[in-house]
Amino acid sequence: MRQRRHSWQALLATTASLTVAAVALTGCGGTATEEKSTPKAAAASFEGKGPINYVSNRDASGAANKSIEEWNAAHPEEKVTFIELPDSADQQRQQLIQNAQIKSDTFSVLNLDVVWTSEFAANKWILPLPADAVPTDKMIPATVNAATYRDSLVGAPDYTDGALFYFRSDLLKAAGIAAPPKTWDEMKTACKAILALPEAAGMSCYTGQFDKNEALTVNFSEAVASAGGTVVDADGKPTVNTPEAKEGLNLLVNGFKDGMFPSDAITYLEEQGRRAFQEGKLVFMRNWPFLHASLSATDGSSQVAGKFDITSIPGTDGPGVSTLGGRSLAISPFTPNKATALEFVKFFTSEEQAQKRLALSSRAPVYASLFEDPAVVAKRPFFPTLLTSLNNAQPRPKVVQYGATTKAIQEEAYAAITGAKDTDMALKDMQAKLTELTK
Amino acid sequence: MTISDLRNAAVDSGAGSSNAPADAPPSNRPNAKRTWRSYSVYAGLALIFAYCLAPFYWMLVSSLRRTADIFDNTLLPAPFSLENYAKVFDGSTMFGQALLNSLIVAGTTTTFALVLGVFAAYAISRLNFRFKSVILGVIIATSMFPGISVVVPLLRLFTDIGWINTYQAMIVPNLSFAIPLAVWNLTTFMKALPFDLEEAAMIDGCTKWQAFRRVLLPLAAPGVFTTAILTFIHSWNEFIIALSMINDPKIQTATVAISKFTGATEFQAPFGEQMAAGVIVTVPLVIMVLIFQRRIVEGLTAGASK
Amino acid sequence: MTTTTAPPAGAQTGTPHAPGPRKRGNRSPGEGRMATMLLSPTLLVLALVIVYPLLSAVHQSLFRAESGLDADGFVSDVESFVGLANYADLFVGESGRRFLNAFANTTFFTVTTVFLETVLGLCLALAMNRAFRGRSFLRASILVPWAVPTAVSGLLWRWIFQSDGIANTLLGSEILWTAEGNASKLAVIIAEVWKTAPFIGLLVLAGMQVIPGEVYEAARIDGAGWWRQLGSITLPLVKPTLLVAVLFRMLDALRMFDLPFVLIGPGKESVETLSMLAWDESNQLRHGSASAFAVMLFLYVAVVAIVFVKVLGADVTGAKELKLLSKKTARKNRLAANQTQAPADLSTSEQSNSDQKKAEATR
Repeated sequence: MRQRRHSWQALLATTASLTVAAVALTGCGGTATEEKSTPKAAAASFEGKGPINYVSNRDASGAANKSIEEWNAAHPEEKVTFIELPDSADQQRQQLIQNAQIKSDTFSVLNLDVVWTSEFAANKWILPLPADAVPTDKMIPATVNAATYRDSLVGAPDYTDGALFYFRSDLLKAAGIAAPPKTWDEMKTACKAILALPEAAGMSCYTGQFDKNEALTVNFSEAVASAGGTVVDADGKPTVNTPEAKEGLNLLVNGFKDGMFPSDAITYLEEQGRRAFQEGKLVFMRNWPFLHASLSATDGSSQVAGKFDITSIPGTDGPGVSTLGGRSLAISPFTPNKATALEFVKFFTSEEQAQKRLALSSRAPVYASLFEDPAVVAKRPFFPTLLTSLNNAQPRPKVVQYGATTKAIQEEAYAAITGAKDTDMALKDMQAKLTELTK
Repeated sequence: MTISDLRNAAVDSGAGSSNAPADAPPSNRPNAKRTWRSYSVYAGLALIFAYCLAPFYWMLVSSLRRTADIFDNTLLPAPFSLENYAKVFDGSTMFGQALLNSLIVAGTTTTFALVLGVFAAYAISRLNFRFKSVILGVIIATSMFPGISVVVPLLRLFTDIGWINTYQAMIVPNLSFAIPLAVWNLTTFMKALPFDLEEAAMIDGCTKWQAFRRVLLPLAAPGVFTTAILTFIHSWNEFIIALSMINDPKIQTATVAISKFTGATEFQAPFGEQMAAGVIVTVPLVIMVLIFQRRIVEGLTAGASK
Repeated sequence: MTTTTAPPAGAQTGTPHAPGPRKRGNRSPGEGRMATMLLSPTLLVLALVIVYPLLSAVHQSLFRAESGLDADGFVSDVESFVGLANYADLFVGESGRRFLNAFANTTFFTVTTVFLETVLGLCLALAMNRAFRGRSFLRASILVPWAVPTAVSGLLWRWIFQSDGIANTLLGSEILWTAEGNASKLAVIIAEVWKTAPFIGLLVLAGMQVIPGEVYEAARIDGAGWWRQLGSITLPLVKPTLLVAVLFRMLDALRMFDLPFVLIGPGKESVETLSMLAWDESNQLRHGSASAFAVMLFLYVAVVAIVFVKVLGADVTGAKELKLLSKKTARKNRLAANQTQAPADLSTSEQSNSDQKKAEATR
């Protein structure tokens, strides 16, 4: 009976979302919608119970495995097998796509990076979820938004990530600066004062991640958003030809030009930045929360333990806007046991399981309430700052051809920061490429 | 000089070599003339040695560092730590099983590639038939298609015939790169060997098979063992096919297991573990080479002394 | 010099080399059947693993997915036949520029790395072939680079070459090896040569083992020095093996993918190869043009291989010899063979070679 109810709800939810989509799109030929709606509705009925496979990157903390063990103990007939994918995101995506393309039923529940959502949904490699599948009202809105494609929820948010601004509190104090900078201009001023100190000799001001990599897309998007712009607007149209986008990119370009960033920062990914900061070569750094623990390590590996603090990344007029990272769970249309898959997704992404995993894992949960739990904050002092960052966060461009989009962004942004192109030219070319990709 | 003389000589020297180290063809300088020149030769050897091993040494050193100071540039690991090795074998990655799987896959691939390669090379170098060069061309043509482009079609094919999560799903594709090398290399070897030896053997009353088994094969041994080493290493290191065809950790190979190592947190590269695993997967190969390399230079004696 | 080395050297390198004395000029039907039997398993495996993907790529390269999304925001699953348009598009506009760049990189890497590997591989083989204490250890250590999995060695070199890595520390430089630019090309070449020179070294070493020691002996009596021996005995005699080694290295280098991908990173134009481009296209779900890239690369590799075999290596395939045979010029062939080889030649020298080995072993 339970099963039936879900199917009904799924059907209703899908029909509803389809109607919305159809209404929204009547202007551009809604006639095709009806034909298309039939397979989609059929696919969205979650039937079939039995063993399934959960495919994901590895969880080094073992927290995900614990959740799965708990499920398996309670559901001996619907066992979940954890298929681990390689550590590299590129390889994960490649494996997921390969199996989807041949419609293999091996992968039942997929763990997707937020930036793959649109691509997988538009290619019908994942199913729209029933509206009540996950308690979206309790989750951080940006994470729900990132798991939504064209008004239908296609993934259940699992964990999330946002940018933090690391700074050397000891040096700030030494230079007599009371509060960490909230804007890029304040950061520049602070740097001037700090780098003049004798103890700051040889240090650089700031770094993000600027190697030609997904991380550059993240840093570019943040710079643009922090200057009040967007990369792609709400309608999915590229907007990098705006003055805000130019201002954003110029923050990075000038950072290199003025020597504010170390010159080898164009080869930096997360780890290189961490190392430089950890060795006391940087005053400020944009990075993810994960390295808070290693920077605080007191075993002698970190020279900045107890000497740094965190806040939100800077913007142009006030605090900047973080880009959203993280993962969500989605269901493959090719698995025969969709009812089990849906139940498992609900179980895995429930607040209860999220809380249990939090005890082991450093991955940030998507439930806002967990960030304010005093016991949690005691262990992870950066959580309140991270929540602010996440509440403010923007997804990276939500486009179907994300692979090509991020590549175009990286190419042009890299050309600009290495001085191969001037900002105007790079943005003009980027706009042209993105227009082509989103048409 | 008959073929039986030759065989006897071969067996003799085979027996002889068991208690004395094998040696290369004569060194080309008179013993008396151990001058600066011989020192420069040793300097050259040392240079080659250093070039080959220095990066490997760096790998070893990196694997013996703690995660926290993995980026150090000191020439010795300080503080010394086996943390990475412990992590490689901590059970959750099933690395021991993965090594065994690699051994099975590479071993089987090598055996099949050698058997098929020897047959094919024999046919090409010793038999008269039509389209010989076309066949050689077709065989090598299979080494011309980019490896990354065969994955999706093969995945579809193997899914259809139920080969996902089987050893043959790795072995058969591995054969496709091992066989061309085996055939071509063994063909040049067999061509370089005089036909007369086998003919003499056949005149002595050997069948064609015996002549092949007792005369040709032992003489081609350097080629066979070289091919074996190269094939084994190539299969041992194969990654993308093994990754795509296998999702059961019980069957995955070592390279796939390495790719699944994860840093303590997202974005943190498990560099130390990867280097430790790199050292671990290289060691069996070095041992194998140490065993096989004598066979390469013993050539003549290797097969015959069996 | 000439008198001592000519006969065996000719036997090995002459066009219808070694097995010259084919007594029968005609094919016997039995041999054809036997050849079929011996070759069919090989051809079967290759057909299964390569022919199917190749045909499927050719087929795929003629189609293109509809671009854009339908009203519901779904990607159309209709693929339309576009003929050779995917190929034509390789040469125009932005993708044409990338194609030419990747083509140039691929060629550049192949020429430089294969050249350096050949030189170094020969040195390695000569070193491995010398008699001295600890030789087996040297042999094993020379093979270590080839034994390290490519993905791991890519990572290793990435760490060596990172901005504050050991390479810059040792050189006292601040080169950004992994950023766009010529330094990244150099980094790829260094790592690739390190990894694959042993491949050539080992194959050539095996080739050296078939050279009878007597030949060197004779040359030495004639007063030929080390360089002379190298040039007129070793090199000519290892040529067939060396050519096979170089050919296979070329085929691999032309398809180079993992190393620049891991070491420098995808999407860096300085090191982007044709294989990386094919991967990138398929990664962006443009399967039609990805297949077109793969097929073009296949054709390029095939042309290079054919030219290589034709120009340098008649005795790699033995194609010339076969042609002679098939034209039933067996008589000529036999004549040539008799001129170049006295039948017992090699066996006697093998004999003396093993004698000599014994002698050296007991020494």
